[in-house]
Amino acid sequence: MEKLLQQARGALLEPAGIQDQDLARVLDQIMSYEVDAADLYFQHNRFESWVLEDGIVKEGSHNIEQGVGVRAISGEKTGFAYSDAIMLPALTAAADAARAIAHVGQQGSLQAWSRSAYQQLYLPQDPVHDFSAQVKIDLLQRIDGLARRQDARVKQVIASIAATCDTMLVAGSDGTLCGDVRPLVRVNVSVVVEQNGRREQGSAGGGGRYSLQKILDDDFATSLAQEAVREALINLEAVAAPAGTMTVVLGPGWPGVLLHEAIGHGLEGDFNRKGSSAFSGMVGQRVASEQCTVVDDGTLPERRGSLNIDDEGTRSQCTVLIENGILKGYMQDKLNAKLMQVAPTGNGRRESYAHLPLPRMTNTYMLAGKYDPGEIIATVDKGLYAVNFGGGQVDITSGKFVFSASEAYLIENGKVTRPVKGATLIGNGPDVLTRVAMVGNDLALDRGVGTCGKDGQSVPVGVGQPTMKITELTVGGTSA
Amino acid sequence: MTTSSHGQDLIINNDTIERYRQRVARVLALAADAGATSAEASLNVGKGLSATVRLGEVETVEHNLDQGLGVTVYMGARKGTASTTDLSDSAIAETVTAACDIARVTSEDPCNGLADAALLARNPQDLDLYHQWPLTVAEAIAIAQRCEDAALQYDKRIKNSEGATLSSQEGINIYGNSNEFLHGYATSRHTVSCSVIAEDGAGMERDYWYSSARCADDLDAIGGIGKIAAERAINRLNPRRLSTRQSPVVFAADIASGLFSSYVSAISGTSQYRNMTFLLDCLEQQVFPDYINIREEPWLKRGNASSPYDNEGVATAPSDLVAGGVAKRYVLGSYSACKLGLQTTGNAGGVHNLVVSHGVHTLEKLLAKMGTGLLVTELMGQGINRTTGDYSRGAAGYWVENGTLQYPVSEVTIAGNLKDMFRGIVDVATDVDMRRSILTGSVLIDNMTIAGE
Repeated sequence: MEKLLQQARGALLEPAGIQDQDLARVLDQIMSYEVDAADLYFQHNRFESWVLEDGIVKEGSHNIEQGVGVRAISGEKTGFAYSDAIMLPALTAAADAARAIAHVGQQGSLQAWSRSAYQQLYLPQDPVHDFSAQVKIDLLQRIDGLARRQDARVKQVIASIAATCDTMLVAGSDGTLCGDVRPLVRVNVSVVVEQNGRREQGSAGGGGRYSLQKILDDDFATSLAQEAVREALINLEAVAAPAGTMTVVLGPGWPGVLLHEAIGHGLEGDFNRKGSSAFSGMVGQRVASEQCTVVDDGTLPERRGSLNIDDEGTRSQCTVLIENGILKGYMQDKLNAKLMQVAPTGNGRRESYAHLPLPRMTNTYMLAGKYDPGEIIATVDKGLYAVNFGGGQVDITSGKFVFSASEAYLIENGKVTRPVKGATLIGNGPDVLTRVAMVGNDLALDRGVGTCGKDGQSVPVGVGQPTMKITELTVGGTSA
Repeated sequence: MTTSSHGQDLIINNDTIERYRQRVARVLALAADAGATSAEASLNVGKGLSATVRLGEVETVEHNLDQGLGVTVYMGARKGTASTTDLSDSAIAETVTAACDIARVTSEDPCNGLADAALLARNPQDLDLYHQWPLTVAEAIAIAQRCEDAALQYDKRIKNSEGATLSSQEGINIYGNSNEFLHGYATSRHTVSCSVIAEDGAGMERDYWYSSARCADDLDAIGGIGKIAAERAINRLNPRRLSTRQSPVVFAADIASGLFSSYVSAISGTSQYRNMTFLLDCLEQQVFPDYINIREEPWLKRGNASSPYDNEGVATAPSDLVAGGVAKRYVLGSYSACKLGLQTTGNAGGVHNLVVSHGVHTLEKLLAKMGTGLLVTELMGQGINRTTGDYSRGAAGYWVENGTLQYPVSEVTIAGNLKDMFRGIVDVATDVDMRRSILTGSVLIDNMTIAGE
């Protein structure tokens, strides 16, 4: 961790001539008010993207975002201010604004800097600069050619590469002083196919916290092109989706977005501290069938949702949310953990220095069960087999959640038959998993495409699950 | 509670606007020096205060001060874009260099370039978009408290709260390009919102309400906002599901604008030239019933999305999008216009206030006209396929019989195809939601599939 901290200091503090003792002085200035805790979050984010359309890369963009956010906490009150300039005077001014939630009072205690335990889940590299523009342009052109060669019905290909290098440093009154360098790459392919005047779309994407080298080596990007074309061609054959409540089998991987919406958000600490979640006060109770064990795991190497440390400097961990059907605990940031008198779980995340940390998910998935996927489908007389999804949404108070299938099939007499059009699935979070009848042995994680929104803040996340059979779920098709 | 001022305070006046205009002028000069054949830049600075109270106590006080510069350079028909939140001279120079480096390696595209100089807004009009609200932190907290208190006092079943928030934001937007366009103006937006939780033996339901305006004087009564939030949450208690059926549906005014934003997306130049739309080549075709007109009104004083020029400096003007149900034009910026062989419609960056025509009925009368069906007050998820128009979303609302509300409904979906839904609009009510950039009343659609139990 010391090396990462040194790298973060070099990127964020040294150009402004800010020393560790300046951070201590600013925190001390905040703590001279009736403030329980304070932190300073420095960030430099470099983002680059390239887009191919009509067979050529006609657009590229390069963005830099940097600044420092200052937070002061007094009981349940939070004061927050930030500055786009990383300079000592701006930092002092932001500290003055943030501490104004509290009165002048007892000197709060400022802890000496402590060292966090080391964990390195990804390398501190810069995927923005590790390859020339030409390499990225060539890759996009290769994807375009591959998608078009696959089928003459492909009429449009839009492919993009996005790379981010995010450097952060957090200093807190509790002695936190640590930094991280977080690479993130993502490749996306979207195609339009046309046949007899009918047009359909297919898309695929993926990435993670690594160098672009990985995408070049694995030929990951070209498999995305194949996947996008395959999905679009299947949609050309799709008939109207059924409407009503039926047995639904979800495929492995990205359909785990179900867990993110139905379970995950409702188990975030802030909602439970406030008693506004449908899961409030349910720890120890059965919320799922005993085949279900669900975790939030920020420690998977190189995954999109993983973090060495969260945005408050807490080491990320694997938190068991549901074990054999019983609700075990919530995901916490420091503020909500303290107010609920539990330990933080490394889930304190923020979109940027200009946003306050909140309890957020990392990679949320269900552990593998014992059934063979084919065996699961064979048990269904009539139902839906949904293998790919768009996004979802949840009302954490009523527990109602939705997620939208983008590739699905009918199951008839134990066999997967015709493809159906996309449809939204709706259910109730606290009881949907009680109807999980079979869990497959084929756990898979998504390919690295998830972005989660909460309170206007977006953060990268991951999801996953094995094949799963739910006996009753409402499918929002048009074919009644 | 003390008032605090931010160290690098932003004072919004003509001198500041002029100072930032000069900054943009320097960016354009730097781009020219770096070899760009043409360039455009936009600079946004803003500041604000937001205060949230929950159950009467302060939860967060947030001071924001934001800045950002975006620059696009052209080298002949090649294009590069870069942006930064660091406005130091060195960061600006780096940003211009980054944009130029990109423009040297991208492919030539004959449609790349600045908007036609003849179309630029030469004397942009003042649309009354900036109204300062000089608030102390203590005053902001007091207003949020008043709003939440009205909700908490409304009914004893309001047992919890996600809080009430006052947010006051103001800023300056400058846009310049190398066709000698360089203008800027100030805008403001003030919002009071409240979200509360109703609870009885059967469960919890949350709902919210808000008021938002350019000028604080135009906000709704503060207590009324809390009261409506409470009323909405209470009315949702004890929802039932519905059996799967076909039924007419009313989209309540505050969510009906989503229908028309799907229309805007379908007729946007980008969707059209990419073939990613269910309304491909729809100009002069009947897409709505003949009693539907949709007009863009960019010059509404204090309008939510009013603007004298678009993101490329092209002058805006009021014009019809849909007349007599017929699609009269697309929504185009210069690039998508060129791809389609058309002229820009001054919509780079989007539409500037759409006004949807309505009939003579209030919402109550519209429900009577529907007779039996679903009044949808909340939609969940993004289940809209732009290429095919297939529509399937989670919904909550009220079941209506003989024009009167029977009981709240949740955990159902509504589905159809947007093409049919547009043509199936029976009537639009007079209860226009003025808080949005698409101004529409509640919309009655003849038939959709409801999936439930």
